[in-house]
Amino acid sequence: MEELCAELYTQEKIRGFLHLYIGEEAVVTGVMSLLRPQDNVMATYREHAHALLKGVSANSIMAEMFGKIEGCSKGRGGSMHLISAHDRFFGGNAIVAAGIPQAVGLALASKKLNEDRQTVCFFGEGAMAEGVFHESLNMAELWKIPLLFCCENNYYAMGTAIERSQAQLNLSKKAEAHNVTSQSVDGMNIFEVIKKTKEALDFIKREGRPYFLEFRTYRFRAHSMFDPELYRSKEEVIGWKEKDPIHYLVDYMKEKNILPIETLQNLEKKVEEEMQKAISFAENSEDEPLQDLEKYLYENDL
Amino acid sequence: MKMTYREALREGLRSALDNNEKVFLIGEDVGAYGGTYAVTKDFLKLYGPERIFDAPLSENGFTGIGVGAAMGGLRPIVEIMTVNFALLALDQIVNSAAAFRHMSGGQISVPLVIRTTTGGGRQVAAQHSNSFEGWFTHIPGIKILAPATVEDARTFLHFALQDHDPVMIFEHALLLNRSEEVGEKPQMISPYKAMLRKRGSKLTLITYGGMLHRCLEATEGRSDVEVIDLRSLRPLDTETIFSSVRKTHRTLIVDEGWRSGSLSAEISARIMESCFYDLDAPVQRLCRREVPIPYARHMELAAIPQVPEISAKIEEMLL
Repeated sequence: MEELCAELYTQEKIRGFLHLYIGEEAVVTGVMSLLRPQDNVMATYREHAHALLKGVSANSIMAEMFGKIEGCSKGRGGSMHLISAHDRFFGGNAIVAAGIPQAVGLALASKKLNEDRQTVCFFGEGAMAEGVFHESLNMAELWKIPLLFCCENNYYAMGTAIERSQAQLNLSKKAEAHNVTSQSVDGMNIFEVIKKTKEALDFIKREGRPYFLEFRTYRFRAHSMFDPELYRSKEEVIGWKEKDPIHYLVDYMKEKNILPIETLQNLEKKVEEEMQKAISFAENSEDEPLQDLEKYLYENDL
Repeated sequence: MKMTYREALREGLRSALDNNEKVFLIGEDVGAYGGTYAVTKDFLKLYGPERIFDAPLSENGFTGIGVGAAMGGLRPIVEIMTVNFALLALDQIVNSAAAFRHMSGGQISVPLVIRTTTGGGRQVAAQHSNSFEGWFTHIPGIKILAPATVEDARTFLHFALQDHDPVMIFEHALLLNRSEEVGEKPQMISPYKAMLRKRGSKLTLITYGGMLHRCLEATEGRSDVEVIDLRSLRPLDTETIFSSVRKTHRTLIVDEGWRSGSLSAEISARIMESCFYDLDAPVQRLCRREVPIPYARHMELAAIPQVPEISAKIEEMLL
């Protein structure tokens, strides 16, 4: 989907800001494989994969990026604000770290309403420089609010390398400073992601407290479509690409003889078909009527 | 019976907490301390820590928790000690609470109530004396209420909690000890209707919050000035404003906020857009002087509209 988005962007079908998740796939795939439809997820502006894996249909995601009314947010959010109340997917928040206290609030609501939900909040390592990250972890631990904080550490906040922006590079320590139990995980290895996330979710359920996971991963593509990548070397990118989480998984399964070549080919074909279907769905979807511009500002339009 | 503004706020909060299990209070010093202005005294004992959250000094963080809890089905009441500190929570209020319903195509509502105190006049200097309610009226997606009377202080929270959108209530710090005669039971009058606090024939005086009482004092004994208490600053009840202006043909706006880029400017512009040919004279404004509020008593008094200044302005306009 992400490769196609880049293509559609150059064709000007998708406009605005577009942030691709290529390279980081193992993190969201592993974490989401352990979540249920009723669980709450809060994510960032690099959230296409998160939405898809939380159950938002490829059709409505693509239509959203095309700015059409059949998009999950009726074309009002675009790539950065994929939202689906039905799928308990709360965005798509494009203010760095703003989703973190909101996820704490969602988890608090589920706790107080005795609902059977877990809450997971995704953010990048850049968000950990924001004050509200620390405010949120402090309160989550202080008030024993059960949720999982997932830091997708791709080592760059836009173009600023983590060494150039944060004095403490061991991110788990930042969580531990607030007494939040934490672990660092190889985010390029889906088995590790699943294993550690399972441990974390079990802990949260058992202890009724928050947990922090740092997934070490890497963004293969530029920050957004406007980024000329002046801040990192080609060698560095190539080095990380050798750890491509998808290749790693495919090689592993081939090696163990659990993925026959036909199955893989069928899978790839199915994905391609679904994506083409999503694109034509988006193409054929309508624009929202202009007279609805001020609709949904308030519950009862004033 | 007599009731103070503080007691009225307290009654509103108690009734909200008593009648809805989903309501909880979160803010700095709302619990053990009893609220900076003693509005929530004993609440921690009465309702326990599950309903009354003494928050750390993390305005953006606990406002964000309120936003999330509201999205998740609770009815949080966030107390930001004073509007001055609300600036630390602007991101959550503006970029999330106000935006989510529209940005999500109507899927996500944020039924959040934020209470905060506003206004100057207590010699607490520049960083504790702001009147930023006008700023917040700039933002589509939130509603802004400013109770000026004891009755309104008693009932606005009820209306805010009926709403499924974010509502901010600005309580004026100077009114807390104000006592007024009220009925046994609260009178539920929608905040979205501006009230004529006084009828008059020759001048419409538009005001709200802490300035209302100064305006009423300045017009005591006069029958030529009509005093409108806006009550809701967003949405504005322009119907009430316009019909009064069309009757009196003269308007004075008294606003405790600064003049530049302000609520008073907005009201004036709307009157010009809709009532230009009904006006006999240009709309006039009395606002806070354009300086950070100084500590020294005489300087502070000079910086914020006072009764004699309002009276003089009325005289000048009715000459």
